[in-house]
Amino acid sequence: MSATPMVTADRISKSFGSNNVLRSISLEVQAGEVLCIVGPSGSGKSTFLRCINHLEKIDAGRLFVEGQLVGYRQKGDKLHELKPKEAALQRRDIGMVFQRFNLFPHMTALENIIQAPMRVKRIPKAKATLRAMELMERVGLGDKADHYPAHLSGGQQQRVAIARALAMDPKLMLFDEPTSALDPELVGEVLDVMKELATSGMTMIVVTHEMGFAREVADSIAFMDGGVVVEAGPPRELLGNPQQDRTKAFLSKVL
Amino acid sequence: MTLPKHAAVARPNPATGGTQAQGDAIVAVPLRHPWRISIAVVLVFLLALFIVDASQRPDYGWAEVGKYLFDRRISQAAWVTLTLTIYAMIGAIVLGLLLAIMRLSPNPVVKSIAWLYLWIFRGTPVYVQLVFWGIVALIYPVFTIGIPFMTPWITIPNDVFTNLYITAVIGLALNEAAYMSEIVRAGLLSVDEGQEEASTALAMSWGQTMRYVVVPQAMKIIIPPTGNEVISMLKTTSLVAAIPLSIDLYGVSRGISAVTFTPVPLLIVASIWYLLFTSVLMVGQHFIEKRFSRGTGRRQAGPASESDPGAAAMTAAPMGNDLGGKG
Ligand SMILES: Nc1ncnc2c1ncn2[C@@H]1O[C@H](COP(=O)(O)OP(=O)(O)OP(=O)(O)O)[C@@H](O)[C@H]1O
Ligand SMILES: [Mg+2]
Repeated sequence: MSATPMVTADRISKSFGSNNVLRSISLEVQAGEVLCIVGPSGSGKSTFLRCINHLEKIDAGRLFVEGQLVGYRQKGDKLHELKPKEAALQRRDIGMVFQRFNLFPHMTALENIIQAPMRVKRIPKAKATLRAMELMERVGLGDKADHYPAHLSGGQQQRVAIARALAMDPKLMLFDEPTSALDPELVGEVLDVMKELATSGMTMIVVTHEMGFAREVADSIAFMDGGVVVEAGPPRELLGNPQQDRTKAFLSKVL
Repeated sequence: MTLPKHAAVARPNPATGGTQAQGDAIVAVPLRHPWRISIAVVLVFLLALFIVDASQRPDYGWAEVGKYLFDRRISQAAWVTLTLTIYAMIGAIVLGLLLAIMRLSPNPVVKSIAWLYLWIFRGTPVYVQLVFWGIVALIYPVFTIGIPFMTPWITIPNDVFTNLYITAVIGLALNEAAYMSEIVRAGLLSVDEGQEEASTALAMSWGQTMRYVVVPQAMKIIIPPTGNEVISMLKTTSLVAAIPLSIDLYGVSRGISAVTFTPVPLLIVASIWYLLFTSVLMVGQHFIEKRFSRGTGRRQAGPASESDPGAAAMTAAPMGNDLGGKG
């Protein structure tokens, strides 16, 4: 593929104190692709996602989103840290969905969705509301616009959170275990919304333990352990014929 | 074991079922509370005695109370007390917010300065502080305000601290700021980290995140104790006598009674005004608390409970079973 990849991670590393959480990770995600990241707890999956929209700073390597260096500007051979405003500008194109939804509890579902378009993009309220209602319909919650998060089920909250991220018209969506906090019977409704999103051509990076979803939707799966990508490839290869022992051991537990 | 027949199995939705008989209504003798009633009777009797007695005792000087309650000097003094409270609280909230943010700062220098401020202003009596501010004009011909031990922000010429009203506002605000900063800090800390993260991920700036996401949620924690602080401040203003400022409600009533030799009626007059203000504040606090608890708690009847007939039916069904079981 000759087009610029949506995400390029080039040997990125990150540590918290002496804890090397990411160790020289290299990955590429093309526009329109879905990458699923699987791996045991503490392997650095969330940290990797958070680095992509610069919620965490990387210590080494280079990270590009749409060919743009994340969080820094290169001048000659020196890197300059971006101002908060410039970093925010980069985040506009990246939506993020969290394990614990993180909806704003003092706002209705609709208000949650229109916040960022209004505050960040200065879209007039009426227009933002119209768009928000479209998104609420899209995630199947057209009748819940006036509900506060506390009055929605976990699955409904997560769908609102997805709509909230989509309201910024992102080019890339990051999902950090979006169904892990849900009761089993609510997982399906969220995965359905994500499948629809993937089908519509959205570029997505999904940290998940839902192997069925990964097998069906992902273009590629990366298995992370101990801060490195142990193995990555199309679902059929990685799930059907893993090469590394660590991958085999992990898969035998979750499949 | 025999069960009443309609308690045996899950019943159809009572709203649509309709054919089954209701369980018998409970007709029981309610639990009596003889002690509650007798204690209440005794207390009411004692209160009545006190009122009758007080109404006849000359020391209370009810005629005087009526005369001074709406005396211009008193109502003007009440106004002074009110404005002192408002200005001091505004100053305290602004400075308290600053101190709270300083204490949450990762910078250890900034942090310890805020800590030192708290240590001093919480560790000494407000009365002593007010006396100090009253004589500060004598100690410092020119006084400066700022974070202690750093380049001052403002240099205040002597004549500010010779204005006793301003001295009172500053003295009260500086003391109160120490308490407000703790309240604000607790409020900011109570907001889940995920909120800031979600807001940042939506490309909102730090300022927007604070203003639209963190602070509104912190308010729920900050408002109730702040309301208490306002009420407390209203009463603390009576200590400005230490400065000495005597144009506030307590100061003026004391001044009048010193001339008329009727201390009790004027104490009553002052108390009535204080009570009036605190009552109004309590009502106001109630409404503000309601406003800031949006989206939380079960008390609030959101659209969820109104528009969801399924939920109503679900709660109705087990209730029907209970009654049936007892019937
Ligand atoms: N802010 C932080 N400060 C210090 N250590 C951190 C921080 N965030 C993460 N870590 C550490 O980094 C490591 C990887 O964390 P991370 O959350 O990325 O793992 P994960 O793969 O997402 O795990 P999980 O499946 O449990 O979510 C863990 O050991 C964690 O303790
Ligand atoms: Mg994680």
